[in-house]
Amino acid sequence: MKNIEMTDITKSYDKQKNVLNEINLTIGEGEFFVLVGPSGSGKSTLLRMIAGLEDITDGIMKIDDRVVNHLPPKDRDLSMVFQNYALYPHMSVEQNILFGLQAKKVGKEEQRRRLIETTDMMGLGDYLKRKPRELSGGQRQRVALARAVVSQAPVCLMDEPLSNLDAKLRASMRVEIRRLQKRLGLTMVYVTHDQVEAMTMGDRIMVLHDGSIQQVGNPIELYNEPANLFVASFIGSPKMNIGKAVLNRAEGRLIVEDELNINASESLMSDIPNDASITVGIRAEHLTYATKEDATHFMEAVNVENLGNETTIAFELNNEIWTVKWPGQWEIEVGEMVPVKISCEDLAIFDTGSGRLIRAAKRVSKGAVPV
Amino acid sequence: MSTMSPATKPYEDMQLAFEAERRKTKTRNFIKGILFLLPSIILFSVFLFYPMMKTVYLSFFLTDASGATTVFVGLQNYIQLFTSSIFLKSFKSTFLFVLYIVPATIIISLFLAVLANEKLKGVGIFRTIFSSTMGISVAAASVFWLYLFNPTMGLLNEILGFLGMEGIGWLTDPAWALVAVSITTIWMNIGFTFLILLGGLQSIDQSLYESANIDGAGYFYKLRRITVPMLSPTLFFVLTVTIINAFQTFGQIDILTQGGPQNETNLIVYSIYREAFVNYQFGAASAQAVILFILILLMTALQFKFGEKKVHYQ
Repeated sequence: MKNIEMTDITKSYDKQKNVLNEINLTIGEGEFFVLVGPSGSGKSTLLRMIAGLEDITDGIMKIDDRVVNHLPPKDRDLSMVFQNYALYPHMSVEQNILFGLQAKKVGKEEQRRRLIETTDMMGLGDYLKRKPRELSGGQRQRVALARAVVSQAPVCLMDEPLSNLDAKLRASMRVEIRRLQKRLGLTMVYVTHDQVEAMTMGDRIMVLHDGSIQQVGNPIELYNEPANLFVASFIGSPKMNIGKAVLNRAEGRLIVEDELNINASESLMSDIPNDASITVGIRAEHLTYATKEDATHFMEAVNVENLGNETTIAFELNNEIWTVKWPGQWEIEVGEMVPVKISCEDLAIFDTGSGRLIRAAKRVSKGAVPV
Repeated sequence: MSTMSPATKPYEDMQLAFEAERRKTKTRNFIKGILFLLPSIILFSVFLFYPMMKTVYLSFFLTDASGATTVFVGLQNYIQLFTSSIFLKSFKSTFLFVLYIVPATIIISLFLAVLANEKLKGVGIFRTIFSSTMGISVAAASVFWLYLFNPTMGLLNEILGFLGMEGIGWLTDPAWALVAVSITTIWMNIGFTFLILLGGLQSIDQSLYESANIDGAGYFYKLRRITVPMLSPTLFFVLTVTIINAFQTFGQIDILTQGGPQNETNLIVYSIYREAFVNYQFGAASAQAVILFILILLMTALQFKFGEKKVHYQ
């Protein structure tokens, strides 16, 4: 069991612009930590720096309270699963799994024991003699996982391990990796660009954008109280609806994108600084359906996706597309004016200039049964 | 059953029409395919198949000085070759030559390629230097080595003299001539072999090495378990090409030794040349050429039979 500690970690190539800017982060023992961000945000670079595959330009990296800045990968006592799995194409599954143990000169009997234990766990028993090219994507993924598990390293790093799988398999592997991590008590650092993976798997998530930390927190925190506009639009599917807004204090109204005129409460107005130019965000599930009588607004539907158990409807709002997600099946025609209810309590308010959160939405969608 | 029911008649007509259409498409595709192949068929026929057949034909005849056939002698040319001590010697020299140069070329090139594949500053300069012999013609390289081998003022003997050793008659001493020609040939082959091997090394997925690094594999462990097996298709190609090239060596022999001393470096291709264009024995020369062809064919077939099993294609 090991923790990872980073202090002012910075990375730049050839003295150019920084790829990573002063990352400060502590990953606890046995934690499932997800690094998420769009491509080019530096998340893989950070992971490779933990692994020792990239030099650290500046800052201090500690694993288990030991400075590892100049320690070669093999002495860091960790395992890694690569995006393309990095299986040795000329070796059988068995040789692939045992490669690391043989390199470390682990005893023959110990090798056998661990091989059997791991392959039983991963359900690979029938494929030991096969070459990677004779396996399906999911099986290759399992071999890659088995290779990480068999090393019994307390820290496991994963670099977008599920991005080459189809959607169904991805969902089941998510559960499998999560269970494996809990069962073995691994400290896991998991890189992904998929916010769904991040939300479903992580104990904690770090959102990275342009080499800087945007927010670190548990998934629900990130969802309910996104620290800035980037996190707000990155976390959640469909993404948070966002629009520029003007507050009219005299009349107590909030005008969004020159179209929506929302009643602003006293507390909302007092939370917003006087001269702030603001942007509001509202989650898809908070734009609720209303009857014609109790509707606060009518919006024009521009696209309707009926998925059977839920319906996604897109509305046009002064060049912005807002989406809502309602449970059940809705018979809505494109072009129809749909009555909706918007409450100012559901709005997250951001500062337009800095993007920072001023006030989070006051209501959260709790499940019917308390957990 | 001469009458057909009205219901099946149109159906069968349709079947027949489909069948005719299918046959027509097939013919059209065949003609199209031939048209695509035609340029290479013509080129191969004129420059390869026809001369090959002509060589086989000539090997059964005696010829006059202009190469016209005079007397049909059957297998006499071949029988004479295998009883001639000169040809048997050149046979032996050729095999020795192949044995000297193939392993050495591949091992040295592989060593250089592994070195040049490291991510170091200025490694591009070394890549250029190591592959530069590819751009030097056989004649230029031979002349250059001719000077190095010069018994009195050549650099090699000067170094030997400096070390207090006696000079070697590189190209005149029967014990050394073949070695000297081999060294020249290895040097000339390294450029091409190096380049191909470097290409092979660079196409190996870096993440394999990264994964091995994390697993704790050492340098030579990685070289043995990852690099060489992943490079095996390239190595196999290089091996085949080097062997074929070795069997066909001509230019450097002609310039350095002209087959001498005492026929030590009279490799088969050079022997063919001498037989045909010095002795004007086109029949005997053709017989030698046929033997060389069969030899190379056999060697390559053997390689594919035994070597390919150890090759890991992706």
